[in-house]
Amino acid sequence: MLRRAPLAAALAAAFLLLLWNVSVRQAVLFLVGIGMGATLAGYRFGFTTGWRQLIEQRDPRGAIGQLLLLGLAATLAMPLLGRFSELHAALGPPSVSLLVGAFFFGLSMQLADGCGSGTLYKAGLGVPLNMAILPLFALGSFLGSAQLNAWLSLGQIHPVSLVAEFGAGKALALTWLALGALAFAVRLWAGGERPWLSRSWAYGAVLLAVLASLNLAIAGQPCGVVYGFSLWAGKLITAAGWFDPAGNGFWGLAGNAQRLGESVLLDVTSITDIGILAGALWVSARTPAPGKALNAQQWALGLTAGFVMGYSSRLAFGCNIGAMLSGISTGSLHGWIWLPMAFLGTTVGVRLRRRFQF
Amino acid sequence: MKLNRLLRAIFWAGLLLFLAWDWSRSSPIDLRQEPPLIAAGSGQAVSGGLCAMASGDSGS
Repeated sequence: MLRRAPLAAALAAAFLLLLWNVSVRQAVLFLVGIGMGATLAGYRFGFTTGWRQLIEQRDPRGAIGQLLLLGLAATLAMPLLGRFSELHAALGPPSVSLLVGAFFFGLSMQLADGCGSGTLYKAGLGVPLNMAILPLFALGSFLGSAQLNAWLSLGQIHPVSLVAEFGAGKALALTWLALGALAFAVRLWAGGERPWLSRSWAYGAVLLAVLASLNLAIAGQPCGVVYGFSLWAGKLITAAGWFDPAGNGFWGLAGNAQRLGESVLLDVTSITDIGILAGALWVSARTPAPGKALNAQQWALGLTAGFVMGYSSRLAFGCNIGAMLSGISTGSLHGWIWLPMAFLGTTVGVRLRRRFQF
Repeated sequence: MKLNRLLRAIFWAGLLLFLAWDWSRSSPIDLRQEPPLIAAGSGQAVSGGLCAMASGDSGS
């Protein structure tokens, strides 16, 4: 069992190291990441679990909690985007790759028992499957990014920003309208007798919305998970001489090529990822989560699903955090396409979970 | 439980080793070019890696 005092000292030391050797901004973003990890782990705010509970048990609380998060995050983010031109939204292009990627992400996250943030916080909590999935997720997301050009050639349109098209106020109203319609659909499915929301989902939603908005204001861009993973894998694979970024449509771009040569501690998404792990580790000192015992077949499926999650999340321009939360809250059409496609995939994933007795 | 503790130790050791390895071979950080603490209102355009980022010809 970990003890909190030495853990607090280690986190403080990490913060000071970042402050002294990297930048104030990255050190503060590390704290924001810790907050996210502690919130996700402390309230067990699992996107994957929330959808599964809605489908299998008609329990609406997780889904409503997520819709609340989206609404609150949009309420904070859209005015910021309208006011400060330095900030930018998570704008991904609607594309064939988005449709395919979101579907398979939603499917595989059920077998991996965790999406992007779920993998991180459960790995931080010490769940063996998710710790093992993390490097495979990274590998998958790197491969997806390296092959992204080929997928985009199948068809794409320019990203659509609701804030740019309609202004922050109207974009926010449209967002709330759409979220309200989804909440109504959830309610119809769940029935009138079930409670809408629980305290843990509500508190988690509020805290995550605030932290996501802080990330936007500080970093200048919405939070994400997948880019960091793909960068870590890209660095290892490039260093091994197995990949030449110069000839690649994604990693050959100036910004990405630069980040391959810089420390990951300078990368905003990587710092968020490390912070989430650290925040969940902090929570695990009080409430460890050893995870369910799995048989060999379940391990194999889970690990494969982790790789597929990584690959598909790159095609879909993000996971639950990067595409759904950041996309929708900053007014990107791609987030609104991601959500139903991922949910459709999850309905298949939930059946596969039952089939293999997870 | 012992196996779990070992797995956790391997996981965190692996992550820390990766960060140390990456630090040792990355280009040095120019602390004079530090980005502003808060991007909002700073007047400086953002240039970070983002999950929504597509390839160069997507128009994003």
